[in-house]
Amino acid sequence: MAELVSHPDEIRVVAKRFGKGATNIDRYLGLDGYKAVQKALAMQPDAIVNEVKNSGLRGRGGAGFNTGLKWSFVPKTSAKPKYILCNGDESEPGTCKDRLIFEHDPHAVIEGVMIAGLAVGAQSGYIYIRGEYRYLLEIMQKAIADAYAKGFLGKNIFGSGRDFEIYWHGGAGAYEVGEESALMESLEGKRGIPRIRPPFPAVVGLWGGPTVINNAETLASVPHIILGGAEWFANLGTPKNGGTRLFCLSGHLNKPGVYELPMGYNLKKMLYDVGGGIPNGRKLKAVVPGGSSCPLLTADEIDLAMDFDTLMKAGSMLGSGGLVVVDDSTCMVKFALRIMKFYRHESCGWCIPCREGTDWLEKTLSRFHSGGGIKKDIDNIQYLSENMLGRTFCPLGDAAALPTISIVKKFRKEFEDHLEGKPCPFEKAGAVERLPVFA
Amino acid sequence: MRFSDQFEARFTEMLTHYPTKRSVLVPTLLYAQDDAGFLSDEVIAEIASRLDLTELDVRNVISYYSMLTCKPRGKFNVQVCTNIACLLRGGEELLEHCEKKLGVGHKGTTADGLFSLEEVECIGACSWAPAVQVNYDFHENLTPEKMDGVLDEYRKRARQ
Ligand SMILES: Cc1cc2nc3c(=O)[nH]c(=O)nc-3n(C[C@H](O)[C@H](O)[C@H](O)COP(=O)(O)O)c2cc1C
Ligand code: SF4
Ligand code: FES
Repeated sequence: MAELVSHPDEIRVVAKRFGKGATNIDRYLGLDGYKAVQKALAMQPDAIVNEVKNSGLRGRGGAGFNTGLKWSFVPKTSAKPKYILCNGDESEPGTCKDRLIFEHDPHAVIEGVMIAGLAVGAQSGYIYIRGEYRYLLEIMQKAIADAYAKGFLGKNIFGSGRDFEIYWHGGAGAYEVGEESALMESLEGKRGIPRIRPPFPAVVGLWGGPTVINNAETLASVPHIILGGAEWFANLGTPKNGGTRLFCLSGHLNKPGVYELPMGYNLKKMLYDVGGGIPNGRKLKAVVPGGSSCPLLTADEIDLAMDFDTLMKAGSMLGSGGLVVVDDSTCMVKFALRIMKFYRHESCGWCIPCREGTDWLEKTLSRFHSGGGIKKDIDNIQYLSENMLGRTFCPLGDAAALPTISIVKKFRKEFEDHLEGKPCPFEKAGAVERLPVFA
Repeated sequence: MRFSDQFEARFTEMLTHYPTKRSVLVPTLLYAQDDAGFLSDEVIAEIASRLDLTELDVRNVISYYSMLTCKPRGKFNVQVCTNIACLLRGGEELLEHCEKKLGVGHKGTTADGLFSLEEVECIGACSWAPAVQVNYDFHENLTPEKMDGVLDEYRKRARQ
């Protein structure tokens, strides 16, 4: 059970029911539960899509695509059944928010899946939860069973004459399976190797049927939009970036935790005010702004609004909302190495630039960090990474390259300090000193 | 080959979830592993035959997923995250501590069969780092001292 935190600047929409016992379906009903889906049942499908489109809700899984727009790509009629697939694979390093949603408000996800289904004309949905989250899968299994027992799922939901089925599904450990097409492969009982696009999942997805894939937080936001209205939701954030977001603060902070803040909240304030600043009298060195796939920001680049467009302009990404804060005692070569080790481990091996690139980069960074690096390596690391960009089958290759390029560019001096037999200047900081200090 | 009643109930339910039989494969493998301890040749053959797949098909899928294993493991699998958020808060030191305490390395098992150790990637506990999962249970905001307490708890549990 993960600890909850709070801050006065929080605006709780998705986290509204956290800590309120809403896993219990009767409690959930008492907290406006299943009202949104009943409202949606009385709406035209296009009206639901438009409401979500106008709310400015953008995918919380990483890419930040407008959710309503994504739904509008699903063909009106289809010979094959349509599906909603909730992505609860949450494996991007730095990200731990879907976990809280499943733990505290599983029915909101169910309701979101149902509303998405009504909007695109799907009659079934799947909720895929990563294998490590077994306790959450169990919470979800019970939530689904309770919804069936009340008649909210199954035949003739809420007396509307319409049917809707929701099924749970568990993974077995794989980051790459979070990629939408690999997710479908995994759900179909295969290795998580991405599919070629086009056709896009909205047209040809699960078992060949049109499929909407959305992140758990995205779907959990939908019922609030239906009840509160597009305008209300849009106004919580910045233009084209509606609503709030669960920001996962981790790393060198006094008050790490998951906080729900409006889109566009100032990053500096998020770190120093909400996150309580950097412990042990240290200074900020870098921030991973949205999960390990995003280019890092340096300490003097953090006075900006946390929304998709601002981060893009700043040369990074808002990603999955996982902020990892790095203080000045940290070796950036080591940090880059750990990120690369992850991507090498998770590469599905399907395409050469990613499979070979991550392996070579890990080896080079590892040698470099241990003092065996040569000057040419620095440019080679950058060159190799840049040549992975856009040349891989799925975005995992980019995800490995982007943070690496940013670290080489922004912390080149640290690489130079490691050259040829020099011991890592940061290792002396020692294990004990780097252990956490809790405020 | 006999699985638990719980496994059979879940397996039967899962078959009704999907238009193809094969779709149950990934969660089924994990549940089978929880039941049998690991995915033995016998388990693989059984699942392949139930789903009209070849054993090779099943092995191909097993080798992709990091939680699935064809080798026996300790009763308690101690999975230490050393990914970035944990790294910054002592994840590597925690792993080293566990290595010393248990006397085994990555993917090793103690002689008494009680513990296995594994260095794992992000387990979704970044805000509560450093974090460890023992089987499916999360242990968060750890220090080496707290880790000792966690291991002792499992030792006690094994004696009961
Ligand atoms: C390598 C990789 C891993 C991903 N992992 C996840 C994940 O764990 N959860 C998630 O929601 N999206 C993940 N995504 C993004 C999905 O492909 C997809 O864009 C997303 O689920 C769509 O939902 P959204 O529009 O609501 O964000 C990943 C993408 C890539 C390339
Ligand atoms: S980029 Fe990497 S993860 Fe994606 S398909 Fe290629 S090898 Fe697989
Ligand atoms: S980095 Fe360790 S749990 Fe996420």
